[in-house]
This record gives sequence, structure tokens and C-alpha cells, in this order.
Amino acid sequence: MPVCPMGAIYVDPGKNRAQINDDACVECGTCYRGMSTENLNPVLVRTIRRIAKWLKFRFEPEPDVCPTSAFDMNELEMPRLIRQIFSDPVVEHTSTGIKGRGTEEVKTNDVNPRVGTGEVGYTIEFGRPGVGVRFSDIQQMTRILAGNGVSFEKKNPITHLMTDVSTGDLRPDILNEKILSAIVEIKTHIDEVDEVLKIVHEVNQQIDTVIAIGISTRCDENGDDQTLAPLLEELGYSYSRAKTNMGLGRITNKINLNGSNV
Amino acid sequence: MTNTLHRYGLAQSFRDDYILFAIPSKGRNDEGCIPKLKQFLRICIKYNPANIGNGNRGSLAPEKNLGPASHWKRLDRPSWEEVIEGVVKPGTVSAVFTTEEDATACFQEIVEADLGISVNISTSVENARQVGKSCHINRHSVEYALALSDPHDHLPNSQILSLSTMCGHGMVSFNMARKMLDMVREGRRTPAQVIATLTRLCPCGIYNPERARRLLEEARKEQR
Repeated sequence: MPVCPMGAIYVDPGKNRAQINDDACVECGTCYRGMSTENLNPVLVRTIRRIAKWLKFRFEPEPDVCPTSAFDMNELEMPRLIRQIFSDPVVEHTSTGIKGRGTEEVKTNDVNPRVGTGEVGYTIEFGRPGVGVRFSDIQQMTRILAGNGVSFEKKNPITHLMTDVSTGDLRPDILNEKILSAIVEIKTHIDEVDEVLKIVHEVNQQIDTVIAIGISTRCDENGDDQTLAPLLEELGYSYSRAKTNMGLGRITNKINLNGSNV
Repeated sequence: MTNTLHRYGLAQSFRDDYILFAIPSKGRNDEGCIPKLKQFLRICIKYNPANIGNGNRGSLAPEKNLGPASHWKRLDRPSWEEVIEGVVKPGTVSAVFTTEEDATACFQEIVEADLGISVNISTSVENARQVGKSCHINRHSVEYALALSDPHDHLPNSQILSLSTMCGHGMVSFNMARKMLDMVREGRRTPAQVIATLTRLCPCGIYNPERARRLLEEARKEQR
């Protein structure tokens, strides 16, 4: 069924009913939440379809409508629950309180400085678009990055799942879980861009998924980026799209001098 | 929303794709931010957005009580109010514009409203720079999307990718984009019907139906 981002829903020829491949399913909820529903009687729907098939009528259902409201979300427990947390964009990451991929990145760099002048932030996103990834594959990358001394962003859901940030090891109980996508966030000095990007591409050769890299920096007082963009061009990396923080944010929460909220 | 960053296409392909979004920062400016987020969206709907979203739903959403007769009259008109009233927790709110003029005018009013929330523009590097320049606002930070790394050859062709990646959370599957494209090519669905289907699947409301319309028309002419 085309609605499933992982292709996990199929019609079993023996049963002649739709089935979900539990291992391929990432609990993203697209089938349950994203489809419109009709709440029709399943026996009636199947009978009409059988008659239409027998008469050789061409039958073309709406691909985003479930006529019998057949889908329901399971009550999940760890470790399978981790699939939903990382795959369903309307579910909040408990570690950061943020939905989607669970991180603010440089979207709030104007009020919550993560990447400063001379620094470069990386969002290394696994599994996207449309392929998915297992945590064991992500761990392969985090271990090698940790071995090269990079620092992982603390307010990031993957960092929260590390048992040891100095080695990049993730919780062993989740390693076989498959998710739609996840972002590893790191930061380095600008001199290390070439090396880090090479590492990411080399490791990607060993893990069977796609990777989307976002690379960020702080602009100067004139709003220009005279360091990272020229460097990327010099290194031969192309980019056409960007997310630009326009610097309109300011701190408005009441905060104690020690930094905690009052 | 890295959700908006990795849309597939060259810079020229984003000529009708400007996403403005506001995001509060936890512990910094999230207290009392709900009215500000709603105000952000209320400003946006004055400037002809193609879509708006609150992280839970976009302006077109799945309908849960269709009847058999509703296939002839499915709703395909965006509902701005349901999105705005649906802002109940701190989170990202967004609007998609299809022209530089609308995006610039909207951004200008957002600057004047002085909401104190971080505002980002997701489009081509040059488009965002131009919007900021027109409003005399210097960029604070920028995140570039590098080309997708796919050494194992998982990804489909550029037409499917362009349609699918407009929901950056991956809710528009490759198979769905392919099926919709085929249906338009074979005359079994109109572009308008297909666009409504694709837009409904994106719960954040950042799918750009007008860019999808253009991509579908281009793909229909250029068979692959």
C-alpha cells in the first residue's frame, strides 16, 4: 500500500487481507493518522470488491482513504516504543520536549547559542528520505565520530540515548530497532569540516541507508557568512537550500542569575 | 524543522517555495508564547500562504468520518482557523509562500510585530538573503543542506524525490508520490486531486501544494 513510508503494508495472497510487516514498520502512524476513514462495514466492503473483481470492473480506491477504519495504533513499550518516538512527527521526544526529530539545532541559535563564530554545527540525519535506519547503524557512525574527538550536542535525542558519549555507544536494548530517521548533532572548529565530512561519507559506505547533512554557522555582524560557504565551495560540496535564522528571538522567560527558570 | 531543509531540487526549483517558521526555545522564550505563535500565524494568513501548520496539522487534514458519497465532494479548501486554534503547546508554527513578494511582506510585518520568538526562513540561500535584505534584517545563523548521500542507491528519480521530500518527516512515501504522478500522467486524477492527497499526508503543514502542482505539470510533460 503506497501510504506506508516503509512499504511495510502488503496484501497477503494466502489470506487475501492486508498485513503489516512488524519488522519493517517504524510506528510512524502515517496509516492511522494520515489516512481519511469511512467507517464502513468490512464484510460489505469486501463483498462489493469481490463482485467488482469477478465482473472485471476496474476498481481504483482512493490511496489515502481506509474504507473500514482498519488501522489502530498499538500500545507500545520499550524498546519498540523508540520506533514511534523517532518516526512519528507529532509525538514529542521526552528527552528534549520537542516534536519531529527533537532538536532545536540553529533554529534558535539567536537565543540559545549552540554554534558560535568560528564554529560549525552538523546535523547528520540517517534514514531520510524514505529509507529508514537501525540504531546499530547509527552507532557505527557515533563510535567513529567519538573516536575522532568530536563533541555531541547535549540537547539532542540521540545523545540522550548514549550510554557513554566518549565512545559513542548507544543503549544496547535499542540497537535492532528500526526508525524513519534520526539526527546526530555535533560541533567542531571550522578547520575540521573537511575531515568530518570525509568521515561521514566513508562510514555511509558501510551502513545501508541514506544520509542528509545539514551544516551550519553563525553569520557575521553584517549577516554574511564569509567562512563556511567559501570553504564548502572550495571543498567541492554543493548546496542550494538553507535554513536561515533571522535573529528576531530574544530571551523573555524569567531566568535566575544561575541560569535556571524561576 | 530540519523537516524543511532537505527538499530536493536546485536553487531555481525553490523560486516558489518560501517557508517562514517561528520556534520558541525551551527555557528561553517558551513561557507565554502561545498567543505569539497564534499572532505569527494570523499575520501569515494575510499574505496568501499556500499552506500553514502548527506541528500537529496543516491547513488540509485527513477526514475521519467520510461517507461513501463524499468522494465526489471531498474538502480541498484550506482551513486556517483550525490550524491557529490548534496551537495549544509551545512548538513550531509555519507558513508556506509561493512568491518573494508575499514572503517579504509577511516577514516585514513579523519584524514589526516584534514577537521575540526565533524566526527562520527556509528556501534557497539567495531567496532568504534577499527577503532579509528587503526588510533590512541581517541573517543571524545559516544551515546549508548538502547533497543527499546515497551510496547504496536507495533513492528514486528526481521527480519522485521532489514531491516526496516536501514532507521532510517522510510522511509522503516514495510509493505514494510515484502513484500520484502516474495517476496524473494517465489522466486518472487531476493535479488538484493529487495535490490535496499529498498535502493532507503532511501533518506539519509545510507541504507546498503550488510547487507540487508545478512539479506535476513539468513531470507530465517530461515522461521518464
